[in-house]
Formats: sequence, C-alpha cells, structure tokens
Amino acid sequence: MWQEVREELEPYGLEVVTVALDTGGISAAAPWIERAGARHPSLIDAAHVVDALFGIVNVPSGVWIDECGMIVRPPETAYPRRPAFLDREVKPDDPPHVRERVLEIRKLRIDADLYMHALRDWAVHGAHSRYALSPQEVIERGRPRSVEDATAAAHFELGQHLFRTGREAAAVPHFRAAHRLQPDNWTYKRQAWSFVDPTQGPNDVYDGDWLTDLRKIGAENYYPRLHL
Amino acid sequence: MICHRDGGALTMLFQSPVVQIGEFEAASGWHLQAEGLCRDDLCVPLPGSARRGNELDLALVAGALRMPLVHDAEVSLWALGPPAAERALRTVQAPDLVLPDVVGGRSFELASLRGKKVLLLAWASW
Repeated sequence: MWQEVREELEPYGLEVVTVALDTGGISAAAPWIERAGARHPSLIDAAHVVDALFGIVNVPSGVWIDECGMIVRPPETAYPRRPAFLDREVKPDDPPHVRERVLEIRKLRIDADLYMHALRDWAVHGAHSRYALSPQEVIERGRPRSVEDATAAAHFELGQHLFRTGREAAAVPHFRAAHRLQPDNWTYKRQAWSFVDPTQGPNDVYDGDWLTDLRKIGAENYYPRLHL
Repeated sequence: MICHRDGGALTMLFQSPVVQIGEFEAASGWHLQAEGLCRDDLCVPLPGSARRGNELDLALVAGALRMPLVHDAEVSLWALGPPAAERALRTVQAPDLVLPDVVGGRSFELASLRGKKVLLLAWASW
C-alpha cells in the first residue's frame, strides 16, 4: 500500500518504514507484506513497543521523523489513498452482519488526499514545510497520560506477556481491564478481539466488539479529524 | 525482572515485588541518587524504606514515580506501568528502535536512517 508512495518520494530523501503492531509477530504480518510487494523496511513489533513509545491508539498511524531523528509530526491517521472499503456497495447476497459492517465502515472519516498533500509538501520542503511542527507543538499534541491510561498499559503488557507465553486464559482479564480503563485505545481492543475472532465480531470473551464499539462513539469519530 | 527494554522502558514486568537497583536503572532510565530517583534533569524523592540493600521496593517506587503497579497473584507477576500525567512523547527525539525487518531479513535500526526523512507507518494485520 505504501510502496508507491516510497517510490514517488524517495528521490526527495524520504524513506517509508512500516511497523506491524502484531502480537502474532512475523507469521501474522509477513504474508501481508509479501502481498504488498514492499521493498522498504517492513518491521514487526510483536510486543507493541511502538504504540507505547509514540502513543499510538489506532492504525494506520503515521509519524514523521526528520533527518536529525526528531519527530516533526506525532501519530495521526495515515492513508496513502482513499481506501476501497469507503466505497464498497452492499451486495444483495451480503448476510445481515456484513451489510451492517459495510454501512458503518462507509461512514469512517478518512482524508487521504489531505494527508498525502502534507506528506508530499514535507518531502519536498523539509523543515520549511508548513506541516513540519515545532518540538513544542509535537509534544503538546499528545494528551497527558491519565492514571487509567497508565494502568491500562500495565494490564496490556501483562496480557501480552501471558498470551505470548501460552497462558491465553490468564491474559484475558488483563486485556479486559485495559479495554475498560482506556476505551479509546483501539489497538488494545482489536489486538485482543482478533485472538478470539479474526473478524472482531461479538464473542463470549470480551464485552465489546468492533462494530458495537464503533457505533458507541460514532463511525465518524473512529479516526480523529486530521489537524494539519 | 523478565522483560525489559533498554533504558526508558514504559512498562516493566517483574517476578518479585522487589527489584535489583541496577536492573531497575537499566530498564527504566531512572537512577538512584542521593536526591532520590533521577532521570534527565528531574529527581523524585524516594522514601528511605524503599531501598533494602541492593534492592528497591516496587510498590514504594511506583508511588513515588506515579507509576501504577498491577499485581497478578495467580501468575506471580508485577507490571509497573508508565508514569501518569506524562505525555506519550516526552521528547521529540525519536526513540532508538530496533525491530526485525521482514524485507531486509535482519534487525533494523531506525537510527540508521539519520540523514533521511522518515514516514514511520504503524499498521496491523488484525
């Protein structure tokens, strides 16, 4: 998905580095990377280190890092083009649960054109781009971590560790606690839901599921508006 | 301790409610000094009872640093979460990230791209 962007912007000195936030590790992410024909660094973050370090709570999220290793834009929703799922039509033979999902997904707010305009501007103009933020702006765009957020992170870490070491049942209460304490962290939720149902539908293990939780906040709020 | 990331770990797991001072310092980026626990130019006072010989009491450290401590008695693990009130990014300096690269077939250091602009794009298969 990002290979074309890399080819377009590499002449301007920009490299694309993708990171899969996947407890399933290489076996979960590699098939997707191969299908995409990626030739840029394609990293695997099986321990969710990157989301913790940068404050990422949903995917896809892009972070801009300048030539000196300084972050000039914190995490924000990043799509290289309008995703096909926004224009997916309901088919007559779609079962009800698919129909519901398709209709909700179409409401997601994704402004890929705006994001790519900003990214191209930064690739060309670097530090002179109006989209490269000052250090103060970068830091202030991250919200202060609440006690609940911090506690959710501790539970998620415990849950991940237990899951990776084969103690799936023991991991569940910690994932549930992380979901309860930081409900807007979709990474915590979707990672855990995917363990019991790849479609992240209703299940007997967790209180929420993707569609139900999306409706709670309104699909248009799933991805925050780009603040360029 | 069973899981740590070099200096500045956000969340740390322990198998005991006490930790060797050196281990804690290496994992957390906080260092024990006369003033208390210090990181960068910040020092946080630590109760005298928090130190027992070469070990630190995790609960007292957690209280001093405003880090939540979650204990799972069934599996005998303690998780020390990141400090509350801090922002996700304390500095704009990108962290030293080393992760396996499927395309390159080896570990990749983010710092190897100094001199280039980088779009770091987080995604997931789920």
